[in-house]
Amino acid sequence: MITDFLAKLGNTGLYVLTDLGRMTLFLLQALMGIFRRPFRFRELLRQLRFIGVGSLAVIFFTAISTGMVLGLQGYYSLNKFGAEGMLGSAVSLTLIMELGPVLTALMVAGRAGSAMCAELGIMRISEQIDALDCMAVDPFRYLISPKFMATIISIPLLTALFDVIGIAGGYVAGVGLMDVSPGSYIDGMKTSVTNHDIWLGTVKSCFFALLVVWISCGRGYFVQQIRGAGFGAESVSRVTTQAVVLSSISVLVFDYLLTAVLL
Amino acid sequence: MTTAAIEFKNVHKSFSRKDGTVQRVLDGVDFAIPTGKTTVIAGGSGQGKSVTLKIILRLMSVDSGEVFVHGREIGGLRGRSLEMLRTQFGVLFQGSALFDSLTVFENVALPLRERTKKSEDEIYEQVNNSLAQFELEGHEAKYPAQLSGGMKKRVGLARAMQLHPSIMLFDEPTTGLDPVMTREIYHLFADTQAEFGFTSVIVSHDIPKVFNLADQVIILNRGVMDVFDSPEEIQWSEKPHVQEFVEMTMGKIYQSQLEEK
Repeated sequence: MITDFLAKLGNTGLYVLTDLGRMTLFLLQALMGIFRRPFRFRELLRQLRFIGVGSLAVIFFTAISTGMVLGLQGYYSLNKFGAEGMLGSAVSLTLIMELGPVLTALMVAGRAGSAMCAELGIMRISEQIDALDCMAVDPFRYLISPKFMATIISIPLLTALFDVIGIAGGYVAGVGLMDVSPGSYIDGMKTSVTNHDIWLGTVKSCFFALLVVWISCGRGYFVQQIRGAGFGAESVSRVTTQAVVLSSISVLVFDYLLTAVLL
Repeated sequence: MTTAAIEFKNVHKSFSRKDGTVQRVLDGVDFAIPTGKTTVIAGGSGQGKSVTLKIILRLMSVDSGEVFVHGREIGGLRGRSLEMLRTQFGVLFQGSALFDSLTVFENVALPLRERTKKSEDEIYEQVNNSLAQFELEGHEAKYPAQLSGGMKKRVGLARAMQLHPSIMLFDEPTTGLDPVMTREIYHLFADTQAEFGFTSVIVSHDIPKVFNLADQVIILNRGVMDVFDSPEEIQWSEKPHVQEFVEMTMGKIYQSQLEEK
């Protein structure tokens, strides 16, 4: 009984280590693929369009609603201390340092990460990736590295957009609905947000972008080697779910770790 | 003495099962595939036929033993040497493995665009000639989802032929095709091989039809390979598993030959 348990534990440990190892090698190959020639500029543009431009509507609605909720909640809390004038500061700092990078990464993981994972998973089970290997075409340079580059470019830009739209949403809720003075909202934001805060938000968004694209593409690429994924179409659907869940949890965990280290 | 196109020397390959036991797929396998001939690797499901192809392509490594392609051991190849090895092969996959998001033309042009320095005009000319040869004219702008199974195989074959490989590997090439289409595809293989003179390796469980093409037959059973210099030679083998194989398939072979006539 105990030996069975220990054997299973050992097996799981070995599987986790193997999986981490192949995912690390995958990350290195994908990053190196960015610098290999010939460069696939057209594919990069296609991915930027899909990951970046395609996520604009999702980001807009998430940002405006988040900003407005922050404006209302912030007003409610600050009003208790007679500090409504700090609303601009509270909304902008929360968005720039925390919610902007985190929510943007989560939205992109749900929308584009799942699609990238499913695409690579289907390509793997239908032997399209093997076909690339057999034609001596590097699948990293051809397929994966453009996705990495596009995600790493898109998420920080989408985060910046999220911040601006969110702050505007906070302004509408705070100034338009709750009668906070427009001057104090803008001044509060200007005086409290420093370059370090913007830098922190940017570093986070770049890191989250790497996490999302790494996990999404890696899960799809290794769809046949993932324990419990099953076979065929079912394996792709399971692994896609796993990729979104893993990306989201990783973003939240690393958000705390990065804040603790960089703040 | 001519060098074999592909040679396996004492190759072992096994996989771990979920229950912790080990499945031996290749157990000390030795064989040579002669240059310019057609070799059929036959055997039941799960006997390691596709694994053998993946080992030849270095998509999978062996546990022990050596694999030679045109006299060169491939186990230690990395980077550019591995790329050079793979450019010697053309592969027709079981499901054709066409890229869903590319048109027929783009699929066939892919190896030329990625592996050669040819101009777009030269690529256009070469691809159109190939499409005409494989009777795919008029389908250039279609996507794989719009093609029949037989047409997908022809596109796959046209793509595999673009870099003029010296060895063609066919993985279950007629799976899912009706008998008429199967016959057409095998005629196409034979014609293409006669024209280009490549070495063919066909992995198939569609044994009766494939044997009509074979110069050499390898039967894979429980990790062991038996090599026969002709399909007829199999009948005289005294090994029990080969006899069983003969009983199961030979009747079909003669029936298939009668159909051919």
